[in-house]
Amino acid sequence: MKLAYWMYAGPAHIGTLRIASSFKNVHAIMHAPLGDDYFNVMRSMLERERNFTPVTTSVVDRNVLARGSQEKVVDNITRKDAEEHPDLIVLTPTCTSSILQEDLQNFVERAQLESKGDVMLADVNHYRYNELQAADRTLHQIAQFYIEKALKRGELPTQKTEKPSVNIIGTSTMGFHNQHDCTELKRLMADLGIEVNVVMPESSTVYDIQKMPRAWFNLVPYRELGLPLAQYLQEQFGTPFVDITPMGVVETARCIRKIQQILNEQGAAVDYEAFINEQTLHVSQAAWFSRSIDCQNLTGKKAVVFGDNTHAAAMTKILAREMGIHVVLAGTYCKYDADWFREQVSEYCDEVLISEDNGEIGDAIARLEPSAIFGTQMERHVGKRLDIPCGVIAAPIHIQNFPIGYKPFMGYEGTNQITDLIYNSFTLGMEDHLLEIFGGHDTKEGITKGISADSDLAWSRDGLAELNKIPGFVRGKVKRNTEKFARERQIEQITAEVLYAAKESVGA
Amino acid sequence: MTLAETQPQALEFECETGNYHTFCPISCVAWLYQKIEDSFFLVIGTKTCGYFLQNAMGVMIFAEPRYAMAELEEGDISAQLNDYEELKRLCTQIKRDRNPSVIVWIGTCTTEIIKTDLEGLAPRLEAEIGIPIVVARANGLDYAFTQGEDTVLAAMAHRCPDKAPVAETEKEERNAISRLMNFGRKKEDVAADESEYVKHPPLVLFGSLPDPVVTQLTMELKRQGIKVSGWLPAKRFTELPVLEEGYYVSGINPFLSRTATTLMRRRKCKLIGAPFPIGPDGTRAWIEKICSVFGIEPQGLDDREAQIWAGLEDYVKLIRGKSVFFMGDNLLEISLARFLVRCGMTVPEIGIPYMDKRYQAAELALLEKTCAEMGVPLPRIMEKPDNYNQLQRIYQLKPDLVITGMAHANPLEARGINTKWSVEFTFAQIHGFTNARDVLELVTRPLRRNNSLKDLGWDKLVREEAKL
Repeated sequence: MKLAYWMYAGPAHIGTLRIASSFKNVHAIMHAPLGDDYFNVMRSMLERERNFTPVTTSVVDRNVLARGSQEKVVDNITRKDAEEHPDLIVLTPTCTSSILQEDLQNFVERAQLESKGDVMLADVNHYRYNELQAADRTLHQIAQFYIEKALKRGELPTQKTEKPSVNIIGTSTMGFHNQHDCTELKRLMADLGIEVNVVMPESSTVYDIQKMPRAWFNLVPYRELGLPLAQYLQEQFGTPFVDITPMGVVETARCIRKIQQILNEQGAAVDYEAFINEQTLHVSQAAWFSRSIDCQNLTGKKAVVFGDNTHAAAMTKILAREMGIHVVLAGTYCKYDADWFREQVSEYCDEVLISEDNGEIGDAIARLEPSAIFGTQMERHVGKRLDIPCGVIAAPIHIQNFPIGYKPFMGYEGTNQITDLIYNSFTLGMEDHLLEIFGGHDTKEGITKGISADSDLAWSRDGLAELNKIPGFVRGKVKRNTEKFARERQIEQITAEVLYAAKESVGA
Repeated sequence: MTLAETQPQALEFECETGNYHTFCPISCVAWLYQKIEDSFFLVIGTKTCGYFLQNAMGVMIFAEPRYAMAELEEGDISAQLNDYEELKRLCTQIKRDRNPSVIVWIGTCTTEIIKTDLEGLAPRLEAEIGIPIVVARANGLDYAFTQGEDTVLAAMAHRCPDKAPVAETEKEERNAISRLMNFGRKKEDVAADESEYVKHPPLVLFGSLPDPVVTQLTMELKRQGIKVSGWLPAKRFTELPVLEEGYYVSGINPFLSRTATTLMRRRKCKLIGAPFPIGPDGTRAWIEKICSVFGIEPQGLDDREAQIWAGLEDYVKLIRGKSVFFMGDNLLEISLARFLVRCGMTVPEIGIPYMDKRYQAAELALLEKTCAEMGVPLPRIMEKPDNYNQLQRIYQLKPDLVITGMAHANPLEARGINTKWSVEFTFAQIHGFTNARDVLELVTRPLRRNNSLKDLGWDKLVREEAKL
């Protein structure tokens, strides 16, 4: 057993559900107890999704515990097939079904006999994989299923597209700024004269999968999602892939050069150097920012970076290499892929931390006292407690990290966004510090006295006790309203009863 | 008019498939750890439970909560690790770091399936580490959302002292609670306080409420000369009320049937079955019922209720004649529906996870009576609803308001249907006369918001009509 207050990556089934609900017309059925469908709430709230999340539960209750699911799972699958006509239903195991050890594969096979759509069991073990690994596996599993199916039927178009084209693999629902990154990558490809063949899995259908072999190459922008699928496509069809995250000026250029090399190997004869030069010097503001005197002020400032592999590694490189900031610690919670992270960042930071324990990261931040933190929502709260500004760069994230405005982290517009994020974090910290030295913008005492300031009204002990139970941010208002109420009625002493009578009277 | 027609129709109860969305009952730790200030809640479960709590409670997580997960690993599942030793290690750490007065173990689906004997382990460990350990099996296999509180309070009921400790010098003091409450006060004051009450057998109320609401309801009964001897739960575990055989108890929330049963059967208390004090009508009925049990003639309730209703009129006129559909997820549905019918709304369907017709008998009777008096059809009560079927009924009925969970709220709004997120009713202060306005504040909010948007002509914000 492990005493845990918080976790960075969710349980395995969340990963599977993220993939399933990224596709169009794919439905996931969880084999889970009541209340485990919390994914729907998150998707509906965080992404402000207008449509119903295509996830339902085949409920595991006492009866299932006693007698097994029997017909229940099969019925739920065939019912959903008839109601919504999905192309694919993914039966999703949870921690509960992992230990029940029912033969879910058998349910899937039986349900398949009656279903028009395809039915599949997500192959993820709750106790072995986390959300990210499970998402990666599920995406691979679904893609492989449809490619093999098409191969069997001889329906797989293997001929490459006429013009150079790409599959973008790895944008998914609930991913950090994934929608914006996807738009930015599509723009970048258009600028490079590359057609986007398929984006996988976000907003695709399962029938798009069989089009994937037509692309000249695959682009896998996120380390956490899509690599096994890209490797599979390489083995099957020899399609090369680019797994350099185009985040930051230098890495974006590196990614584009790799694309150039891959296309030229296939006879495209493209030269992107002029494009990279133009974008770097004149379109992205990040290179110019690094030279400006603003950025000079950041030289040698200490920063701590923590997040998933993709974002923490990219941020570390941007801070150290492109802005001259001193990264005292870079860390990731992707323990299962720690070697890759170490290799990516070790030359750009003093210390590498691989941990899933938020206490450990909090302690490290307190010990190192950086001027800014770039981390998850958890680090933002550590920063709040320690009075250190924090820019959020990776999941886990809250609703404010699903902005409506265009905020990619990738590509050339992404470099601008990241520059703002970094600069704003540091200046806020500086400003705060200056304010402290000079004693603040304003005197802290109010100039005009509140209505209750000269109060001749006495608060009884129980009245005051009740007042103190009211949350701080409305207490002042409640106090004023109550006193107004008492004054109007010539009540001299405010007791708890008066306080609540004031609340009951309209307008108080 | 024949006699048959004057007979009110009986309420209709139906039961669907149980495919509905609700919170896992472990969510009760969110409000209980705040209510019971010296407690620590340890949820013994998996990453799934932890992920739910972390996301459901949002910012509370960061305020150093007095709850944590005992996250089960593969070794725990396959019994390679010893449960007792593991729990001892964790609880010792909690004792060292937080020093709580009680540790509440929340059993989950996983501990049920692997049959961890929490009830057996707790007394041994309690003796060894010297902190009371209360076990509540609040799992998704058996319960929904607020029923989690019910399992915790039922377990706590066993821990209430069964005899008022009688101190040598203060023999006239009735029990520990009143002594504590009167601590430091002069004897005459205490005597004067006592004289404000009618002589009646001790009454203990059960159900977790925010402290201000506790004060309000206590004051409400005091106006009738009724003394509340204690609350289950109290602010601190060390202040749990005395429960002697023959004490009267009354529930303030509709989801507390296990607690009620425990109090009756195990603690030999007498349950006052009343409607719940939600809405001015409910509050009044609740007080009247308690008064009638103690043979007290209620004073001034007519005026008090009328005054509250007058204060609500600006909200009531927004909803009068409108319809509301409860999808059902927190067991407050019957009481809320009854209040809203009294406000002039019609209710085609009340979804509810679980319907205890005995514990809620008085509330159901009041619902029937209210419908008859308001001249509206009786709602259909749908136990263990099926959300998919409910959505089809909602498309058909086009209710003015749907009270539902967050999984459905945004999608329904996008289809032009007003929704109110149901979980807010469990966290807002909704009990007693004082808070009736807060209930309507919640209910009318979507209507008020959408009133100000209605001329913009963008009600339906999805591309295709919903599939029927």
